[in-house]
Amino acid sequence: MTRSTRTTLRRTALRGAAVAGALALTLTACSGGGTADPEAAAEEGGELTVWAWDPTVEPIAEAYMEANDGVTIEVVNAGTGNDQYTALQNAIAAGSGVPDLAQIEYYALPQFAIGESLADVSELGAAELDGTFTPGPWSAVQQGEGIYGLPLDSGPMALFYNATVFEEHGIEVPETWDAYVEAARALHEADPSIYITNDTGDAGFTTSMIWQAGGQPYTVDGTDVTIDFTDEGSTAFADTWQQLVEEELVAPISSWSDEWYQGLGDGTIATLTIGAWMPGNFESGVPDAAGDWRVAPMPQWTEGASDTAENGGSAMSVTEASENKALAYDFLEFASAGDGVQIRLDGGGFPATVADLESEEFLSQESEYFGGQKINEVLAQSAADVVEGWQYLPFQVYANSIFNDTVGQAYVSGTTITDGLADWQDASITYGNDQGFTVD
Amino acid sequence: MTTITTVTPRRSAVPRLRRTRGFSAERPRRSPLLTVLTGIVLVYSLLPLAWLLVNATKTQADLFSSFGLWFGDSFALFSNIGQTLTYDDGIFVRWFANTLLYVVLGAGGATALAVLGGYGLAKFDFPGKKGVFATVIGAVAVPGTALAVPTFLMFSQMGLTNTPWSVIIPSLISPFGLYLMWTFAAEAIPTELLEAARMDGANEARTFAQICLPLLAPGIVTVLLFTMVATWNNYFLPLIMLKDPDWYPLTLGLNAWNAQAATAGGEAIFNLVITGAVLTIVPLVIAFLFLQRYWQSGLAAGSVKE
Repeated sequence: MTRSTRTTLRRTALRGAAVAGALALTLTACSGGGTADPEAAAEEGGELTVWAWDPTVEPIAEAYMEANDGVTIEVVNAGTGNDQYTALQNAIAAGSGVPDLAQIEYYALPQFAIGESLADVSELGAAELDGTFTPGPWSAVQQGEGIYGLPLDSGPMALFYNATVFEEHGIEVPETWDAYVEAARALHEADPSIYITNDTGDAGFTTSMIWQAGGQPYTVDGTDVTIDFTDEGSTAFADTWQQLVEEELVAPISSWSDEWYQGLGDGTIATLTIGAWMPGNFESGVPDAAGDWRVAPMPQWTEGASDTAENGGSAMSVTEASENKALAYDFLEFASAGDGVQIRLDGGGFPATVADLESEEFLSQESEYFGGQKINEVLAQSAADVVEGWQYLPFQVYANSIFNDTVGQAYVSGTTITDGLADWQDASITYGNDQGFTVD
Repeated sequence: MTTITTVTPRRSAVPRLRRTRGFSAERPRRSPLLTVLTGIVLVYSLLPLAWLLVNATKTQADLFSSFGLWFGDSFALFSNIGQTLTYDDGIFVRWFANTLLYVVLGAGGATALAVLGGYGLAKFDFPGKKGVFATVIGAVAVPGTALAVPTFLMFSQMGLTNTPWSVIIPSLISPFGLYLMWTFAAEAIPTELLEAARMDGANEARTFAQICLPLLAPGIVTVLLFTMVATWNNYFLPLIMLKDPDWYPLTLGLNAWNAQAATAGGEAIFNLVITGAVLTIVPLVIAFLFLQRYWQSGLAAGSVKE
């Protein structure tokens, strides 16, 4: 999850050749130096560079170095989200300074995988991890026949709400999106300074909402891509959200800005529908509102259903340029399915591993910040309810970067979200075809 | 960093009043309008600084719950400074040292090169001088940002990216500094003086070191200040050159801290970003106060014929 700042992305280094290669996504043997056996590589030792902005990666690397004497790992924060992707793209284009491993969000992973920047790790042992991770993240790291990374965390969505505000105004916590719109009206009427949530147009949020509504705007088959924002799920979201935007029931505040933290703290932003990694940010960024917030299941599109979607979350991938893929993979497995998982949990991360999501200890944790609520019960249930079959574009990073010029206009001018989605669709199709995909 | 220059007002277009009293430099005409205008400019420049100083005294919680231009409930300046210097194993101190390194080597080197080049161009005749002049003037017109990406590609082929050299070497070149030094040397060093030194048997190196350098001091300080501020505030060049936080200058480090608030699982430390920004400008303020008198005499040099 990153700010939706508009980063000017350099054109992805995707050429006809890469597309041809992607068409034949057959497994190439592990190239590069070092042995092809991760355990032997760890015995042998070596040096790794990891690009990650997640604060828990550093202690995981330290734990790994303790367990493997001969290995030195340098963890570099090369920027958050888009900033890092730009840097990675530059390094790959320049052919130097490419890290061995990089943290990459699920939505951006297809773009790097199809550009042949990431190594397929299925032969190194990733293929045997089938069933270790929840379905959402596990399908997100796969492209065609290959596995291009392992999940670090996941972001099944839930409704975080300020219980104090809801109680004060005697409003029920909404269970459907229609009830959510009603609650938005009631809250704003009771106190005009209160908004049910903030939104200035966020690509990640929009695609996740459409995902939950059962929409399938993107279908990707090799280099054949279809983009269609007129299906039922997309329409359901656009119509419902249009009411909130039109009646000015969402605060015109961008997520992650300081006004946003302020609104979450003083009760003027009453809910957030966001990924399960959010509690950590609440604790550090919104200390004022400790005890006010609770977690509820995501509101539903149909009464009584229990569908959810993923929002944010990252994988870590071995790069194609790495000279020591076997060692890199050994660390990767340690971080995402080995002892690293517990270190991430202690640091407030939300796991993508089935075993941890089902463990009694994890589920029964009472969060002090959330007034003693066992929030992991709600969040883990959400992870199990993620709608299957969602796909991101192989140029999603670019598509998200133009979201504010298209759909974002609905928030600031007279256009509707539906029109905005149509514009976004057209612009994405044009770009995809320019990049050598077959898009319609 | 805003600098406040005193504006000497030109004669305003007020119709001349029939007064026998003349105004002089000692007794300037008073103009309420200009006083108000410069007052507005003053407030406009100082307001962000005031905001920064006030908010450096607040805790993370206070930042969001108190009025921006006045103090909050807590006075956390010293604990903020302490946290800034120790957060993440004291990485801020490391960034500070990096910035100093880049300024001393980069700005110092740029000044030295500008002094040598400017002196040579001003006081010696050689074929191709016009070409050099054109090149320098052209280089002044090219913004450094435009050169950053080509420089990056060049350095990455040389394997120099992600090292301190990738920041220091490009900082060594200051066309504007060279031009300034050139014009200054032409004015400040009388050619007769050089001839006299040569007659007395001083060699060129000695003439330069003992006779010309003292004369050039005001100009040197001026160039040093320019290059120092430019290197201290440089953002885009290190941004694309450096990926290793251990080599970040303060500008990049503070940005990385600021970005933490926008990351899943990141820790929002707005109070440390603000306190860090205050600490970042302190050395520049000190440098300005110290070197100001040289700076002014340097700028005015050659403007009056003695």
